[in-house]
Amino acid sequence: MSEVDRDPAPRADGPRDGVTAGAGGGPRGAGDPPAAGGDGLSVDLGLRLGALELEVAIDAAPGEVVAVLGPNGAGKTTLLRAIAGLLPIERGRIAIGGRVVEDAAAGVRVTPQQRSVGVVFQQHLLFGHLSALENVAFGLRARGVPRREARGRARDWLGRVGLGGEVQTKPGALSGGQAQRVALARALATDPALLLLDEPLAALDVDTRRAVRQQLRRHLDDFAGPVLLITHEPLEAINLADRLVILEQGHVVQDAPPAVVARRPRSAWAARLVGLNHYRGRADGHELTLASGATLAVADAADRPGDVLVAIHPRAVALFPSQPEGTPRNTWRATIDALDIHDDQVRVHLDGPIPIVAQITASALAELALTEGSTLWVAVKATEIEHWPV
Amino acid sequence: MTDLAPPRATSTSSGVAPPRTAIVLGVVGFALLVLPLVSLTLRTPWTRVGELITDPVVLQALRLSLVSSLAALVVSVVLGVPLALVFARYDFPGKPFVRALAVLPMVLPPVVGGVGLLAAFGRRGLVGQPLAEATGITLPFTSAAVVIAATFVAMPFLIVTVEAGLRMVDPRLEDAAATLGADRWTILRRVVLPALWPSLAAGMALCWARALGEFGATITFAGNLPGRTQTMPLAVYLELERNPEAAYLISFLLLAVSVAVLVALRDRFLRTT
Amino acid sequence: MNGVPGPVGALDRRSSRGRRSDDPGTGRRARGWRAGLAVALLVASCGPADAGGDPGDPDAVAGELIVFAAASLTDAFDELRAAFVDANPDIEVAFNYAGSQTLASQIAEGAPADVFAAANATQMDAVSGAGGLAGDPATFTANLLTIAVEPGNPLGIGGLTDLADPELVLVLPAEEVPAGQYASEALAAAGVEVTPSSLERDVRAALSKVELGEADASVVYASDIVASDGRADGVEIPVEQNVPATYPIAVLADAPNPTAAEAFVAFVLSDSGQRILASYGFTTP
Repeated sequence: MSEVDRDPAPRADGPRDGVTAGAGGGPRGAGDPPAAGGDGLSVDLGLRLGALELEVAIDAAPGEVVAVLGPNGAGKTTLLRAIAGLLPIERGRIAIGGRVVEDAAAGVRVTPQQRSVGVVFQQHLLFGHLSALENVAFGLRARGVPRREARGRARDWLGRVGLGGEVQTKPGALSGGQAQRVALARALATDPALLLLDEPLAALDVDTRRAVRQQLRRHLDDFAGPVLLITHEPLEAINLADRLVILEQGHVVQDAPPAVVARRPRSAWAARLVGLNHYRGRADGHELTLASGATLAVADAADRPGDVLVAIHPRAVALFPSQPEGTPRNTWRATIDALDIHDDQVRVHLDGPIPIVAQITASALAELALTEGSTLWVAVKATEIEHWPV
Repeated sequence: MTDLAPPRATSTSSGVAPPRTAIVLGVVGFALLVLPLVSLTLRTPWTRVGELITDPVVLQALRLSLVSSLAALVVSVVLGVPLALVFARYDFPGKPFVRALAVLPMVLPPVVGGVGLLAAFGRRGLVGQPLAEATGITLPFTSAAVVIAATFVAMPFLIVTVEAGLRMVDPRLEDAAATLGADRWTILRRVVLPALWPSLAAGMALCWARALGEFGATITFAGNLPGRTQTMPLAVYLELERNPEAAYLISFLLLAVSVAVLVALRDRFLRTT
Repeated sequence: MNGVPGPVGALDRRSSRGRRSDDPGTGRRARGWRAGLAVALLVASCGPADAGGDPGDPDAVAGELIVFAAASLTDAFDELRAAFVDANPDIEVAFNYAGSQTLASQIAEGAPADVFAAANATQMDAVSGAGGLAGDPATFTANLLTIAVEPGNPLGIGGLTDLADPELVLVLPAEEVPAGQYASEALAAAGVEVTPSSLERDVRAALSKVELGEADASVVYASDIVASDGRADGVEIPVEQNVPATYPIAVLADAPNPTAAEAFVAFVLSDSGQRILASYGFTTP
């Protein structure tokens, strides 16, 4: 089943055993080969923190950028802290660059200081009393690099992130975007084996975010080691990552390239994230029976009867003032529940036998004279319905 | 921006003006707080300052007070900052109780503190007796006792201020430093203490002012001997009988120090917004 | 309460006597004191003691009597009061115990009091010099200096000369208080040089250091040793070396209740008064 969910990364940097990072992320069997093979990141861990029960297996090859997406409370930041060594794991092990840094069973636990992990935190977390230069030099100084050399290298890094002119500026006087770039330079200056980014753009305004994202993209391309990017922004993830890991309630729900997640999300949260209408149901030939009992006709028949996930893009949902005639085989009457207007696009939330969101243009909204409570007809072409076995 | 400031003597921008009775009572309360200080200033024998300040009793008390209060400040920083760190960063069973014990001297009558210090470090004390038997050192009636008494009453002020400051230092900064390879000492020295500095400075000022003003625990535990244990507040008390003008002068000096500390801490206590 | 007696009567009586008003400043301050007292008396006179008094008879020992007494008299005077009130059931006696110097300055500031019992002549003279006494003071008792030592006298201290030992932890009352003054006079007279560890703010504080075992010895009043109830022992100082404190007592010029005041002074000087004082370690002068 569902080999698409286990697509390996599109980059062919080398053999990796990352394919074992299956959906569900359950514990490995005892007979599995060790995950520490390769120079990348290999994580298979379990831990409890409050109500959260984290059970995750993730791998990332050198040079690969893996985005971890998930709703609030899914355990994204906890996972990052565990990998960085800021939080002990209860089960499993973590290997970075071929070196086992934590192994619960063997009692191995390398301190955060010794893990060679660069971390960019959500609110940059620069040291307020130190200049930009001293912030970037901090890690080098802490690792015993002589002051003069550390400053020289820090200066280089500030130049590389485009802040050569802000060497003596204190973090308080930097803009949000500049601060985040200093934080990136600080994390990279120590030449880490692994780069962890925790919502690196979340604290920035929209325009700054765009600019910093482009720069970040360039630096991530240059970085030789694996990168784990934590985010809840699908655009950020798709733009920066080679592979997406969807984390929900402490478990990996999907681990696939962005294009696959965008087309066939495995959870309602991921579907909403990529803006798709998402249902569970049962396929039998050309007919889908949704959990609510409603049926849909689909173009491509299921190989064999069984439970499926169904996705419909809102743009594929057509609206008519009266019952349409002709090609669309799926039509039903619906009432407008709510209207979300973004720029020239309108998302129409519809109540009916199949609750669905349609996306239309603002001019279409005006032509149809739609308001909340209006009744109209919904039509979805059979060819626009994506379905795949659970 | 000054033209945007609200006109004087009106209620602040938010809320309803208090009733007249409250204003009257408030003025009475203010007078009660301020009149003694104003009167003290008026009674200070300004024309005789030169002669009084060179009085050996005054000079000795001044010197002893400065030295012992600064020593108490140093001890408080060395022992109090680590304790504040423990309180702010570790959880352990019974912590609220332990914490309450540690800051109890803030609300304890100082004389009671002095009696407790005698019971602990006196010649027959819990610690004092074995100490005297082992080393021959007895603490009461020594300048060391003055420092201990001052530390006892003043250190809690440092602890609570620094602990509050530590709680405002983002612990993730320490995480960030750890991932950059900094060990615990480096983190403390280069990240936590600099971020903590405003609170530490405020705590030190409060601690020092309290140590300088200490009376009850000192006279009970350290006794009163000019040059050895008679600090400025003790001198005020005894000089009032013998040489009231000197007492007024010393009182005024202590008042001036308190004002200076308050001004230094204006960001904490004098800002109303 | 039933009308006329009490605070109003007391205040009227005093003002009718006419104050010496050579110090207008004192007079102004005194008004504050009186206002405070009026409140205190209002509360106090609601008590039963007032009920049986005959306000019409100026010679009756009744009403409120305020005695300012030296702190060292505390225990003895508390018992004296009980005996005095037994004899004069209509009287209510209030004591203000403090250092003699403090009491003298309170009287100078206009504090209302009927009787002043001081621990030395100096403070009584100060009040007398300001015209504050109704008559001449009478010396009613004396208090011998005594060396206070730990129970059982473990160091075997025999007299003032033993206090010269520099190893000895000696605390003395500060010279600002009478006991300290007498102690230093006695030591000087005996030709003994001492190195005290502390000069305590009052004689009780000095004694407590011995009681707590922090000091080896102190010089205190004989009455203090009695009051210490076994927590400290006394070593007598021979009469020729002793500088006894003599206690004068007098009725004050502004006494609100002069009749009761005279009666109280007489009682203190009487045999039964002296017996009570002797039981607290005081000596006949």
